[in-house]
Amino acid sequence: MKRTLLFSLTALLLSSASAEIRIGVVISATGPAASLGIPEKNTVALLPKKIAGQDITYIILDDASDTTTAVTDTRKLIQDNKVDLILGTTTTPASLAMIDVVAQAKVPMISLAASEGIIAPVDTKKRWVFKTPQTDAIMAAAIVDHMAKNGIKTVGYIGFNDAYGEGWFAELQKNAAAKGIKIVGSERYNRTDTSVTAQALKVAAAKPDAVLIGASGVPGVLPQKALRDRGYAGKIYQTHGVANPDFLRVGGKDVEGAILPAGPILVADQLPDTNPNKKVGLSYVNQYEAIYGKDSVSTFGGHMYDAGLILQKAIPRALKVGKPGTAEFREGLRAAIEGTRNVIGAHGIFNLSATNHLGLDARSRVMVVVQDGTWKLLK
Amino acid sequence: MDLAQLFDPAIFPVLAADGLTNGAVYALLSLALVLVFAVTRVIFVAQGEFVSFGALTLASLQLGKVPGTLWLVLALLAISAVVEGISQLRQGQGRRAGMVLLSALGISAGLWALLTWLAPLKLALPLQVLLTLLLVVPLGPMTYRLTFMPLREASTLVLLIAAVSLHLILSGLGLAFFGAEGSRTPAFAEGQITLGQVQLSAQSLVTILVSAVLMLALYFFFDRTLAGKALRATAVNRLGARLSGISPVRAGYVSFTLAAAIGALSGLLIGPSTPLSYDSGFLIGLKGFVGAIVGGLVSYPVAALGALLVGLLESFASFSFSAWKEVIVFGLILPVLLWRSLTTRHAEEEE
Repeated sequence: MKRTLLFSLTALLLSSASAEIRIGVVISATGPAASLGIPEKNTVALLPKKIAGQDITYIILDDASDTTTAVTDTRKLIQDNKVDLILGTTTTPASLAMIDVVAQAKVPMISLAASEGIIAPVDTKKRWVFKTPQTDAIMAAAIVDHMAKNGIKTVGYIGFNDAYGEGWFAELQKNAAAKGIKIVGSERYNRTDTSVTAQALKVAAAKPDAVLIGASGVPGVLPQKALRDRGYAGKIYQTHGVANPDFLRVGGKDVEGAILPAGPILVADQLPDTNPNKKVGLSYVNQYEAIYGKDSVSTFGGHMYDAGLILQKAIPRALKVGKPGTAEFREGLRAAIEGTRNVIGAHGIFNLSATNHLGLDARSRVMVVVQDGTWKLLK
Repeated sequence: MDLAQLFDPAIFPVLAADGLTNGAVYALLSLALVLVFAVTRVIFVAQGEFVSFGALTLASLQLGKVPGTLWLVLALLAISAVVEGISQLRQGQGRRAGMVLLSALGISAGLWALLTWLAPLKLALPLQVLLTLLLVVPLGPMTYRLTFMPLREASTLVLLIAAVSLHLILSGLGLAFFGAEGSRTPAFAEGQITLGQVQLSAQSLVTILVSAVLMLALYFFFDRTLAGKALRATAVNRLGARLSGISPVRAGYVSFTLAAAIGALSGLLIGPSTPLSYDSGFLIGLKGFVGAIVGGLVSYPVAALGALLVGLLESFASFSFSAWKEVIVFGLILPVLLWRSLTTRHAEEEE
């Protein structure tokens, strides 16, 4: 908290100086998405402070996981702080709402939210919008592939009763249909529920070969525990939303055996040396943990780090087009980000184009299993 | 088809047991809400925060960390002591003001020393539970001292607004103290117990038993003890109670202390079965509130029954229409309000 304040204060003081690039950061450091937003905010300290001789200033605002606040923050950053780029925000609904604002002001934006809808299809507005996290579509395809390879014919679903849970169910339906896997149950619960016994009972009663839990963070523990308590013995899949240390800490032996897709950074040290993401991933983990303590890193901050890596390559090219603070520079920056080729990030390799504003492929995820209280790479 | 499956002998008892376990906790909270409302006219929105603070304080102790709650208690203690000291000084009681400040200083130092000494030792569970209660329960009377006591003549609406802001402040502090992710506390009892058809986790049984014992204890407190009778008298008629020598302020202190204790205990009871995060208390408290509304915010037994009904309804709705569960549970308020507004005569507020 104090750190942010200090950070924004220095940022404000510095913003009066010229010949620097100002980047506005909108992040959900409080509210329901805080477990994702906090590591993202922490990662800003690891982003480049100087690119091609230009000082970079980051101005961080918290949107409290709220759509309206995110839009207000974005307006403020663009109008008052005259930023050249917006990084953020954490959640999909808020990122979607920010599109109109950045498109109108012609300021490029790199979102850290999951949904594909933020960047696709690229139109006159979404020209300005990019993102770094893998889409649910990439991750869901990985899960269903794994299911098909392991002979799973029927699957049950228990997910959040919100956009996250619904989005995952839609992806599951699409991918399962393509692989001939039947969905035999679909239940919802809330992040703050004290019990999912009833939902687990119903899904278990349909006897699916596997169950997918569409939840993020610690609340993902609850359905898995309830299913095991009811004697369910099939495979349990989780989404990459649970890939943080708290999930393991709280879940303990209840989440053993959970299978999930994740960015390669989650198991960076277990990757083969030939994997290009290994070096970047480990370097991010080491830098982060040097500041915030051992085992503090989660995959979500990696999306912010990847945005920094993309900028590292894009800003020098944009500087050839115009001076920071001008419309030419922002258009140049937009084009330069769109022209990103072979940037090796913590989560994958980015190859953007005029029609693909994410640019990640199947190399951006690995399958992981929870084993002996830690993440184990599945070969 | 769904509804027929509900009454399957393999399913119904499990759902009922699950509903009763949650219902028991909602019932405790609904009693606290009725108590606080009856005595102080505060619709205590922040009741749920005590639930998360209870569970998360214990979780911090489990990790051998000094819980952030300590700093809140110390800060509130300091502010309360200064406020109290000033009001004593104004009444010309300089000596008393000094006493208040000194004793607050003593208690703070004692608490701080105790916690920093004991927290890293990872004591046995019962001792940690005691430490947790020692930290969370004082939050009740202190928040009363700082927010609701100075407002005690204000209208119900002002009190409600104060309660909402207290909720927002406490949940914000909860995020700062305990982080964004939830925690789970260890179970008081491990294993499964089979009662006829029903398989019950030992923890559910503990929850139901402890809730029942607490409710009985509350009954005896209100029925047999002087302090309890004073609370009831204040609830029935504030002015009359004051005329017969009962201090409404003291009644307020007692009811907020009880509310905090009940909240913290509820948190400890559900903490093992579900990960609680800084913001999960609010919804749990809200479900207790639905129960309290069923009891018209005056009747303890009806509120408790209403809360049990909420728990059962929630469990059955989760099974049959999980996506609509919350709508069904909170929708329960509508027919109850309609029925109450048709059957009860409108009583004027006393001020």
